[in-house]
Amino acid sequence: MSPKSKKEKSKSAPVFSAELAARFDALVEKYPVKRSALIPMLLYAQDEAGYLSDAVVAEVARRIGITELEVRDVASYYSMLRFKPAGRYNIQVCTNISCMLRGAYEVSERFQEELGIGPQGVTPDGLFSLEEVECIGACCWAPAVQVNYDFHDEIRPDHVLGILSGYRGKIRPAEKDPAKEPAKGTPPHA
Amino acid sequence: MPEVTFTVDGKKLRAPAGTLLIDACRKAGIEIPAFCYYPGLSLQAACRMCVVRQEKVPKLQTACTTTVAEGQVFITESPEIAQARKATIQLLLGNHPLDCPVCDAGGECELQDMTFKYGAGESLYAEAKHHRDEQQWSPAVFYDRPRCILCYRCVRMCGEGMDVWALGVSGRGADSLIVPNQPNQLDCEQCGMCIDVCPVGALTSGSYRYKTRPWEMTHVSTVCTHCADGCTVTLGVRQTSDGSEIVRADNRDKNGINGDFLCAKGRFGFDFVESPDRLRQPLVRSNGRLEPASWEHAIRLAASKLKEIRDTRGGAAIGVIGSNRTTNEENYLLQKFARTVLHTNNIDHERSTDYAALARALAGQSGKTASLRDIASACAILLIGGNPTDEHPLLAWLLRTNVRLNRARLYIANAKPIKLTRQAKDALKIKSGDYNDLPASLDAGRSAFAKAIRAEGSLLVIFGEEMRGEAVEKLVAWGVKRGNVRFACLGDHSNSRGAADMGLLPDLLPGYVPVAAPGAFSEYPNLPATPGKSLPQMIEAAGKGELGALLVVGADPVATRKLDPTLFNSTFLVVQDLFLTETAALADVVFPAASLYEKSGTVTNTFGDLQLLRKGADRAGVKPDFEILVRLAGGIIDDIKTLVPFGQRGVTGDLGQSRGAQAGEADRHAIWLEANGLEPKLSPFDPLAILDEIERLVPGYPLDRINLFAGNDVHTKLSSPGYVPVAELAGSGLIAPAHDTLFTSGRLGRWSEALKQLAQHQAKELVETAAD
Ligand code: SF4
Ligand code: SF4
Ligand code: SF4
Ligand code: FES
Ligand code: FES
Repeated sequence: MSPKSKKEKSKSAPVFSAELAARFDALVEKYPVKRSALIPMLLYAQDEAGYLSDAVVAEVARRIGITELEVRDVASYYSMLRFKPAGRYNIQVCTNISCMLRGAYEVSERFQEELGIGPQGVTPDGLFSLEEVECIGACCWAPAVQVNYDFHDEIRPDHVLGILSGYRGKIRPAEKDPAKEPAKGTPPHA
Repeated sequence: MPEVTFTVDGKKLRAPAGTLLIDACRKAGIEIPAFCYYPGLSLQAACRMCVVRQEKVPKLQTACTTTVAEGQVFITESPEIAQARKATIQLLLGNHPLDCPVCDAGGECELQDMTFKYGAGESLYAEAKHHRDEQQWSPAVFYDRPRCILCYRCVRMCGEGMDVWALGVSGRGADSLIVPNQPNQLDCEQCGMCIDVCPVGALTSGSYRYKTRPWEMTHVSTVCTHCADGCTVTLGVRQTSDGSEIVRADNRDKNGINGDFLCAKGRFGFDFVESPDRLRQPLVRSNGRLEPASWEHAIRLAASKLKEIRDTRGGAAIGVIGSNRTTNEENYLLQKFARTVLHTNNIDHERSTDYAALARALAGQSGKTASLRDIASACAILLIGGNPTDEHPLLAWLLRTNVRLNRARLYIANAKPIKLTRQAKDALKIKSGDYNDLPASLDAGRSAFAKAIRAEGSLLVIFGEEMRGEAVEKLVAWGVKRGNVRFACLGDHSNSRGAADMGLLPDLLPGYVPVAAPGAFSEYPNLPATPGKSLPQMIEAAGKGELGALLVVGADPVATRKLDPTLFNSTFLVVQDLFLTETAALADVVFPAASLYEKSGTVTNTFGDLQLLRKGADRAGVKPDFEILVRLAGGIIDDIKTLVPFGQRGVTGDLGQSRGAQAGEADRHAIWLEANGLEPKLSPFDPLAILDEIERLVPGYPLDRINLFAGNDVHTKLSSPGYVPVAELAGSGLIAPAHDTLFTSGRLGRWSEALKQLAQHQAKELVETAAD
């Protein structure tokens, strides 16, 4: 009945890596109130864990001193924060006005054909996932696609194969199960 | 803040600078519509219903966030504003079902009222509506997303008001919805405040939803029967074939000290009244079994047996145990009946705190007790022991509110960590045995806590059952020496204080006047001069076969004290109760009593605030304890006027004012009385005749009748100047606190299905959360 104190997880298995924990500790110092660190923290945590699992939500809530519900309230507002695992490379196709007028749906359909998944799907090998998203601020170069933190602009359907093979090429041959390795991309705050 | 003058709709208004325009207007009788604004909660400015035109400002302004300043000029109604509000409603109605006739809130919905006023009766959105299924989050709370207008009142009420933070807003834009803290489940205090503040039919109450229409109920304002805080509660009452039933409890008129607050017990725990287990007719033991009997037979039997035992074995062979939930008039009458009719001081009740010690310690002082209203506004409060969040939900609410809105300083001294510590300026952890030494350590201590307490100008001290007898003496002496201190003592049930104040004690008469005090209650005939037996002593006497008869009113000592069922084998046992309790099951005669919601009279909360009860529900077959006692007395003595001074000079007749929904009953009763050649204006069953006597004889109860009968709480004066009790310190060992939780209520809560379900729901939530 006192959500602020409840659900304190046992600290047996750390949810954050040592680096992430240190980054968090530094981050909270920067703001007058701790909770201001919430959104960047969620982004970093998602980069590390791949998505906002229950454990991540609980850990962030504990570290900031707010309820898990409050963390979920904020996270559910932002489409770039997700509660389910995505592929290692999350392809976000903008389908807002500018992009739509310049053929975003054809691009999205091409991705679906090439990957053999639907608009919200994840490939069976866990390498790619696909999403349609609202404006990502690249309207001048519509249609635009974002893969993790990389932008690809003025995309035509025939660019799709090239983009996909580019990311496939980044996988080291030794890696068998890419889904186990969390998505890294190139975080803008790095 | 200095007062400023500003103009609204051509009228000059004055208010302290910085007042919200919406508040200033409401005070002046200018209504500004508002969905998201809720007094006392943080500002949201989400709905845009409150827009007004401010001179020299280009755009319409939200009155809920505009603060007033000198010389401002506002217009609150104009075609432009009406159009803006209408557009807001049209947007809200875009996805809102337009099915008010079948909505639970129909008839008391703010959106419906505003649509009616601004005329946006159609939904302009032509696409299919975005439907979501209704969800049940707990036995008490249901959520219907399509009706939600996202005003966030519920979220803020739960977080800021209740400090529970169980509700949130998920998603954004048209996809936003209110979410509970567990997957589709609420793990919370189940107070129902979120339902209460919801302006529409999005949050509905498990106990009331789809039972009736608001206009089909009569709304009766009375006092909650559960804890000792005494919230006013509005009962929604509907006629049935055999009386009238309670369909809802809320706080419609917000007129009491609790404002809009009610806890789960006050809001949902009224259903015991309709329980199929209620006793509906008197029971008399014959051939070893309790059999239904007529009132006449049961009364005659009980009265003649009590009289016979009094006359053959003396009053000392009779015992009386009173209730924590009967009215002051009934309690007063019960002790007068015991003392003057049965000739015994063997009278007691289940004590939950040591009121007598506080009365004794405050003798000769005046103005040293705190009312609940004082607690709502005090600058500094010291809370010793207890856990108000569970045991005194209204007190906890007022403390939170006072800290949040007025920055009151709350100091907590407790052996356990309690939830209110979150609001405390400082908290002192003490060992459970050390409560007695607290005053000394506050005087001498060098801790920051002790220093802060010493530095406070005025202080309000609230203590519970942890402080008894001598500890109360010490605390009061410390406070009086320190100066500028007022006290409040926490007991358990709706009229625990009234039971003690009205003298349900073997050694003390009403007003804590010692039985043996010279000249005490000299107008009482046959008052025995020596103190009688306490509750455990009566039980002991029964065990030895020395207790000829025991009258138990609204108490269940067999259950609370885990007594051997054979204990009363040689005692003639008479019980008045709502249910066949464990004690009643052993009785020779059982009378079915009316609950607090089915009678009029007064009750005193644990702070000494007296309030008027109005009769809400009505149930064939049961009678108020007052009437039962008078009829019993009628079978023992000849002149009932020596017991109930009805129809004498200076007595005020009840012409129905105190009976609320049942106002007609007084008139019917008067006709019956006249037909039987009795005093037509007053009946011996009228508790107000006894209220007159209480006012006349009981120290500390000179009453402000105008306020009392207007429905306000009136503070009694435990420490009135003329009042000097000299009792020994006794009885602190007799205190057995109930330690109620949010969903229990002494021996009464078990008869409420609603409270049982809430307790089960929460127990399940806790197990699941712990297992996570
Ligand atoms: S019932 Fe009370 S505690 Fe529960 S969500 Fe509603 S306001 Fe919060
Ligand atoms: S459920 Fe009711 S109180 Fe809560 S946001 Fe929706 S309309 Fe407002
Ligand atoms: S706080 Fe006490 S008096 Fe108020 S509603 Fe709850 S149980 Fe009743
Ligand atoms: S509409 Fe696609 S980036 Fe703005
Ligand atoms: S009441 Fe002012 S914006 Fe909602």
